[in-house]
Amino acid sequence: MGAPVTKATNYRVAPEVTRALGLEHGLTDGEYDRVVEHLGRTPTFEELGVFSVMWSEHCSYKSSRVHLGRFPTTGPRVLQGPGENAGGIDIGGGMAAIFKIESHNHPSYIEPYQGAATGVGGILRDVFTMGARPIANMNSLRFGRADHEKTPFLLGGVVAGVGGYGNSVGVATVGGEAHFDAGYDGNILVNAFTLGIVAHDKIFRASAAGIGNPILYVGSKTGRDGIHGASLLASSEFKEESEQMKPTVQVGDPFTENLLIEACLEAMAGDDIVAIQDMGAAGLTSSSVEMASRGGVGICLDLDKIPLRDESVTPYEMLLSESQERMVVVAKQGREDNLREIFERWGLDCVPVGIVTDDGRFRATYRGEEVASIPVDALTDAAPAYNRPIAAPDKPAGEALDLGAIKEPTDLTATLTRLLASPNLCSRAWIHEQYDCYVGANTLVRPGGDAAVVRVRETGGGLAMTTDCNSRYVELDPYIGAQHAMAEAVRNIAVTGGRAAAMSDCLNFGNPEKPEVMWQFSRAIDGMSEACNFFGTPVVSGNVSFYNDTLGASIPPTPVIAMVGLVKDARTTATIAIEKPDQIVVLLGSGEPELNASEYLSVVHGCTGDRPPALDLEAERQLAELCARVIERGHVSTAHDLADGGLAIAIAEMCIAGPGIGCDIDITVADRFDTALFGESGARVLMAIDADGIDSVETEAAELGVAMTRLGSTGGTRLRIAAQGAMLVDAAVNDLHEAWSTALPKIAAGA
Amino acid sequence: MKWGVLHFPGSNDERDTIYALESVLGYHARLLWHGDRNLADCDAIVLPGGFSYGDYLRCGALARFSPVMEAVADFAKSGGPVLGICNGFQVLCEAGLLPGALVQNRGLKFRCVPATLTVENNTTAFTLGYEDGAQAVIPIKHGEGCYVADQSTLAEIQDHGQIVFRYTSNPNGSIDDIAGVCNREGNVVGLMPHPEHAVDPLTGVTDGQPLFRSVDQWKQAA
Repeated sequence: MGAPVTKATNYRVAPEVTRALGLEHGLTDGEYDRVVEHLGRTPTFEELGVFSVMWSEHCSYKSSRVHLGRFPTTGPRVLQGPGENAGGIDIGGGMAAIFKIESHNHPSYIEPYQGAATGVGGILRDVFTMGARPIANMNSLRFGRADHEKTPFLLGGVVAGVGGYGNSVGVATVGGEAHFDAGYDGNILVNAFTLGIVAHDKIFRASAAGIGNPILYVGSKTGRDGIHGASLLASSEFKEESEQMKPTVQVGDPFTENLLIEACLEAMAGDDIVAIQDMGAAGLTSSSVEMASRGGVGICLDLDKIPLRDESVTPYEMLLSESQERMVVVAKQGREDNLREIFERWGLDCVPVGIVTDDGRFRATYRGEEVASIPVDALTDAAPAYNRPIAAPDKPAGEALDLGAIKEPTDLTATLTRLLASPNLCSRAWIHEQYDCYVGANTLVRPGGDAAVVRVRETGGGLAMTTDCNSRYVELDPYIGAQHAMAEAVRNIAVTGGRAAAMSDCLNFGNPEKPEVMWQFSRAIDGMSEACNFFGTPVVSGNVSFYNDTLGASIPPTPVIAMVGLVKDARTTATIAIEKPDQIVVLLGSGEPELNASEYLSVVHGCTGDRPPALDLEAERQLAELCARVIERGHVSTAHDLADGGLAIAIAEMCIAGPGIGCDIDITVADRFDTALFGESGARVLMAIDADGIDSVETEAAELGVAMTRLGSTGGTRLRIAAQGAMLVDAAVNDLHEAWSTALPKIAAGA
Repeated sequence: MKWGVLHFPGSNDERDTIYALESVLGYHARLLWHGDRNLADCDAIVLPGGFSYGDYLRCGALARFSPVMEAVADFAKSGGPVLGICNGFQVLCEAGLLPGALVQNRGLKFRCVPATLTVENNTTAFTLGYEDGAQAVIPIKHGEGCYVADQSTLAEIQDHGQIVFRYTSNPNGSIDDIAGVCNREGNVVGLMPHPEHAVDPLTGVTDGQPLFRSVDQWKQAA
């Protein structure tokens, strides 16, 4: 954009504000008129900047607000729903889990290392600003085609950035997911999740209160990085020239964040803080405005006091900078010294920069001059909200499947091996081995399984967590596809021994000004809302990322579900690994495998089909309850959700995850062998059970009405799958492991 | 037996180490602030893992100048048991309390995996509890854990039994598969793997327990 360049001296740069400058700031004509109307005059340059960030899609949710109200957000466990920095649920013993997932998509495409790193840093701050100590990070990543020329650079950079920040800051990265699809070639997705724990009575909220209370600025100094990250980079489509916006990507400093976490938690343990909020998107402006709005007060900032990295930073830049590792604190009057003592011991700035006022305005002064004075309401509740046009696409996504034209492979062992080495089914070890999953000493179920589980020392229980979304399913049917993502998340929690309790979501979609994108968005919300009610898993926090478009093409709709579940006893969890021979392998659930929309169809036959598999929410709920029950009673310690890639992939993964023990199973095939082996469905789980535990599981399954089929037993070093007297698959576990584990390093190396 | 665990700005396994020592192993343990000038009468000292000062200059290079490190050097010289884990190992090398140095992994990537170690010297303060040649599975998690030393230093530590642990499968390119070393007297030990993350059966293996327990034997023998 053509905003003026600052000189290397410290003075106010205030060009004449015109409508054209407003448009350059990303406002529409109508929005510019409303700005003038709210103020009763032409805005100052600083005010224009403030309006442009606060009314951006990223900060105002102007296209999504009218839809988000449909999510169920309450429930007996909910302590904090959407609207705060993160959501919170009761986990027993007077403790709460605080969590949220958030996107950092566009910055990560332009500058993968710093984009991903600051995504992690930002979500961590959202959680510890609530008073919670972060104990687990996860991430959900989407890249373009595995063989796209930019994929190795983006994959390597994002993973290094996630690890570089999380490892150094000292919070375990316990899980996540990564997918490759041509639909993300020009717009990758980086969604970061953090969970922390805190005692109920120590949860902090970001609501400014107490007229005359001082506003303290805490943490790193302010520089020019990230200016207009939220308003222009995150809230518009990618174009050819978007690469030039690299300077809008912030730079992370995990060392300072580590100190900030410790200092904030120490400060919050005392009685000196009224409210605290991190400076995230739109920095000092949005943090101050949001705190003032929640508290129904005004805030006046003295910009001369802002700690600066460089003396030439202008007031406009101070208001819009997205420099990282900074917080705003409303302190109790007279307690500033207590807080300064704590932050200075941790080597951090802690400076009074303003006060809470009773005029309901966001004001900023600089060298005795008032550079901004805006009603807080105009920036928040009265910000634009659009009910954008919605229209189903003229032509449904996908193409009807002609099963007659899908030739069954003759060598199914080779097909299995090929699938195990395919981009979306191969081992993620190359990724998660770059993340510290040990720090914190709470990780019970490490990355590589269905859900991660961390211990909660205060309760003796655990928290299971997973991120899920099959965007192919959502693209083919946003309503059912989004419900599949929820059902898979519930299943993933259940097979580790937990019960899904609540969720956060990251709704990644294309340009909301396209009616068909809004249709996808609205349908996905409807589907998720129904499933939330059904599973009793309210949405307690979340994030919307629109404008994931490049050169006019939207990404596949990707509503990522971050589900959190409760594990009763940290001592009874399950993993996917077959650890012992002579166990009985059983299939639970009634899902009927289908080729439509399967990974097999995509990898082997190069087509997608026209609809996701059928979904039965009631069957999902019963199956999840069964899994949680038999695992917490100690009958089962090996269980695996059966999802992408179908039965053959799931059983292979169970063999590979352990010490190399094989298994012999016999399946009944109704129709085609490939459907039975690689077809996908909901509501199916595999378990390996000790002989003396099988009766208990059978009894529980019968009680809950869950179908249970004995397939065979574990043992030896080969995976054998037979059907009707024919051997379909016969492979050494070692060979499967080799194919599965070497694929991703090759993708990462661009080989 | 009272353990002191140093806390530098940017340390991040210090609380895990306290947890391992107190809640799992039943010792008394306390944090010692980097600005302190004494070790509060602790009987053994741990320099924990993490990224002291962000590791922005060179790992361990700034932490070695912390006031508390003077007390650690005196304590080590008087024969007190000192353990450096990961970043703590790097700090001990920078401080000259252990030979050699640690540089970026040959694979250029951070690696977090369980590592199998062989105990090469079971006479140090932190290995008396292992059988000679025993194997122990202890996780590594580091980006700069490749041990290097010049030829004469390497020959010297080989000759004096100062190689304490070796990897059975080298994860980072360390010279001579070295995972941990000690000083000539055996009271100062540094290793890249994290024994504090290998003590609690709930979270994984327990092969790190004997490492901490060894200090009891060492103290008794002294």
